[in-house]
Amino acid sequence: MSSHLDSIVLPKSRQREAPGQDLKWIGKSVKRLEDRRLLLGKGNYIDDISVPNMMHAATVRSPHAHAKIISIDTSKARALPGVIGVYVGTDVATVVDPCPSFASPPVTQRAMAIDKVRHVGEVVCAIVAKDRYIAEDAADLVEVEYEILPANVDIEASMAATGDAVIHPADRASNCALDESFQFGPVDEDFARADHIVKRRLRWGRSSAQAIETSGCISQVDPVTGGYKIHCNTNFSNFIPFVIAGSLKIATTQLSMVPVTTGGSFGSKVFTHKIIVLTSALARLSGRPVKYIEDRLEHFTNSDSHGSDRLYEAELALAKDGKMLSMRFKMYDDYGAYLQFGVGTNGNAMAQVTGPYKINSFGMRLMAVLTNKCQQGPYRGFGSEVTNWVMERMTDAAAKELKMDPVALRLMNMIQPNEFPYVIATGNLYDSGNYQEVLRQAQSLIGYDAWKKKAADLRAQGRCVGVGVATCQERSVYGPTEWWSLNNRATPGFTLTSTPEGMSLRVDPTGKIFATLNAVFIGNSPETIVTQILAEQFTVPMSDIIVGYADTHSGFNGVGPQGSRFTTMIAGACVSASIKIKTKLKLLGGHLLEAHPNDLEFRNGAVGIKGADKQVSIADIAIQANFFRLNFPDTPEFDSGLETTAVYDHPISTLPHPERKHLGVFYPMMGHVCHIAVVEVDAQTGKVAILDYAAVHDNGTIVNPITLGGQVLGGTANGIGSTLSEEFIFDDNGQFVNPNFAEFAMPMAHDMPHNLKMGHVETPSPYTEYGVKGGGEGGRLGAPSALSSAIDDALQQYGVSVQTIPIRPSKLRELIRAAQP
Amino acid sequence: MKTIPLSMVVNGQTCNTEVSSRMLLSDCLRHDLGLPGTHVGCEHGVCGSCTVVVDGRAARSCLMFAVQADGAQIKTIEGLSDGSALHPIQEAFWEEHGLQCGFCTPGMLMMAYELLSNNPDPSDDEIREAISGNLCRCTGYTYIVNAVRSAGAKMRALNTMAAA
Repeated sequence: MSSHLDSIVLPKSRQREAPGQDLKWIGKSVKRLEDRRLLLGKGNYIDDISVPNMMHAATVRSPHAHAKIISIDTSKARALPGVIGVYVGTDVATVVDPCPSFASPPVTQRAMAIDKVRHVGEVVCAIVAKDRYIAEDAADLVEVEYEILPANVDIEASMAATGDAVIHPADRASNCALDESFQFGPVDEDFARADHIVKRRLRWGRSSAQAIETSGCISQVDPVTGGYKIHCNTNFSNFIPFVIAGSLKIATTQLSMVPVTTGGSFGSKVFTHKIIVLTSALARLSGRPVKYIEDRLEHFTNSDSHGSDRLYEAELALAKDGKMLSMRFKMYDDYGAYLQFGVGTNGNAMAQVTGPYKINSFGMRLMAVLTNKCQQGPYRGFGSEVTNWVMERMTDAAAKELKMDPVALRLMNMIQPNEFPYVIATGNLYDSGNYQEVLRQAQSLIGYDAWKKKAADLRAQGRCVGVGVATCQERSVYGPTEWWSLNNRATPGFTLTSTPEGMSLRVDPTGKIFATLNAVFIGNSPETIVTQILAEQFTVPMSDIIVGYADTHSGFNGVGPQGSRFTTMIAGACVSASIKIKTKLKLLGGHLLEAHPNDLEFRNGAVGIKGADKQVSIADIAIQANFFRLNFPDTPEFDSGLETTAVYDHPISTLPHPERKHLGVFYPMMGHVCHIAVVEVDAQTGKVAILDYAAVHDNGTIVNPITLGGQVLGGTANGIGSTLSEEFIFDDNGQFVNPNFAEFAMPMAHDMPHNLKMGHVETPSPYTEYGVKGGGEGGRLGAPSALSSAIDDALQQYGVSVQTIPIRPSKLRELIRAAQP
Repeated sequence: MKTIPLSMVVNGQTCNTEVSSRMLLSDCLRHDLGLPGTHVGCEHGVCGSCTVVVDGRAARSCLMFAVQADGAQIKTIEGLSDGSALHPIQEAFWEEHGLQCGFCTPGMLMMAYELLSNNPDPSDDEIREAISGNLCRCTGYTYIVNAVRSAGAKMRALNTMAAA
């Protein structure tokens, strides 16, 4: 039978290291190599760094959501002793271009506003002074006169805005940045043959990562090149330095970006584009090195970390027996005042929009809406956390309407273990999985049947206790087509297709191994993971290996930690680099041992003859390779040195269909998570207490169980926050009401389940080295669905159902009150 | 701006400096005294990353003026280790994966230090209570609770050995 997916031809696997080997280091909970310096207070974060003659910046920010700048009086600020300079948007524009935008057509965004402000917190003026205290004093002395314009706060209303309410009137006549419709497979036919259609209006509200470290930058003009030397806690220094150089109006040869330890990102520091451009402009204008570290208010109101903000009108088509046939939705996404990453967060969601279920077709109308809020940026899930929740909400709704058990409905529709590799309606590939086993293990860990019974008993006594199950996908290792595949085909933008990861590797004359990464540390475990893999490859102790980070002058092809890609991708680069070095070690070792390289093996840090005792240590080969050229034949392959670079491409990806009948394979290393939550709702206050919780994740072969566990637990905490407490609140004027840690309620130690039961299933990927899949986002991809489901179950006597998150106690209480007779 | 002489004992060392009256203790430690291990996450006293121990009690250094610490004994994360061996609390955080990005870690370690100094064998609830004013965005707290519990056991074992 022909299908819209026929044009997808799956490339062959390029896996070199098979899963299931007897491994010494991979799979062990080794202590992290990153930790000692952090535990000693010597982390070298951005604000720990000073450069000679460094000055400090503070900013003046818009108090209005949408306003014309009539005038800015900086005279009093300039007169303050200790102030070096005071700069407004037109000053900044003389030395830098607008910030990079990945949207197509781009939405112009400047590091400092000119003429008009488009959200609360947008920078209108900056001061450079000899210390931060003086800079902030001066900021208070700047007088800005505004003419207030109508603020666009509501997504649907902003779609209809005209006149002065249009946010970018020079670029576009409305606040709708993109309106595209897609049909992946026979959506209309599948809906026509459905016995039952479930409809829900679902709202996912804005929140953000809020790493405990804010974003910051030190920039100085390089007197040699005339460009900049930049320290910044960005993740992107070795991915697209040419894009940064473009905004700074310099060549990449004039840009030197130095990696620093990053105090948490979760997506929020993927780029930090405004900060790099602003700080560099201030350095150029003032002629001094400048440090600018956001304070918490600036990080709330003007950073890169506002997450998805979506309204769905969703429909799920089912046969009367519960078989899912098709899903479609109309969707508005409130991207804020700019469109930094285009609609990439929606491209991302297409990787797994139909969940772990066999659904024949999928359709969508996507509207990217501009409003007077800070622009969206990445936050753990990059848009897929929302569609996971939508899919699971729709599944629960279907179970309710069809009077089926929600777990039975899920099991009936799940892809079976023998059906992989499986291509879903959007074209993405699910490489492998065993969803049934993940579910079984989660039910077993939490004692599902016992809890179901106990919750029913407690409800009979008048308590609101419920159990919720979520079975969600965790896509990993992104391909970059997600950033542009949903763009209008007439203006597709920069249609890149590579997200490689590279590294350098060398063996010094004493046999020690040096690896240099092109990525940065953001709280993940790059040094540990790479050392584990290299120790495995070279059969050496981990203490023989050291891992460092490259600046932009020595780095290359480093996309870094995002999209749950780093462990998988760097494992590939490690294997590629190791193959090159090991081949040469065998060549040299073979000469020294008078044996053919094919008869050699690596064992205990040596190259030895298979089946014989004769061997030579890596250190002995290395000293000869570096200092004893004349001990080897006079042919080029024996030339001195043991060093290489390697670049590992995405293991399996394909192009989108030219007419977007599908999006191709772009996010195929498919993990799976099952979260089961037991909650009690206090019907008087709306407060939700988590009584029990199980989280079982399948991330393929596990490299380091304890660090993966840390990702699962941390992601789950983020998911709990996104569901129950964390909400960015804007009033009707677009005023950001709660931009501080006291009122934006992130989970504290008491809010986490006290006895969270974590489990892992390991279904290796057939495409990656050792079968590793990514696992950095799964907690936040599962928790919102499980908690929403458990709350519905707990409140079934009221008929309350969670259709909007975050569902803070006051909102839940409102729903309960409305449901009471 | 007028400066005020300030003398404190930080991690066992007497520090004499001059600061403006409005200088925060966190900024003084980080930028004047060269001890950047104390981190600043929110500057409004909520996240707890800047927690140090002042005269035996945990305090938020972003909510204290440096001059308020005149004459005080202060311990920061840099003072936990004796220079070679890690403190048992640091060891336990390492073994139990009680940190990821490390940014909240100084505050967590100093809260644990205060707790275990006063209560050598806390229950898990007491540990959660002690760190309930410290935000961590990476770990979900579970491994931090494990780390503090383990640190308590390590410190009790060391005390038993020392007493024997």
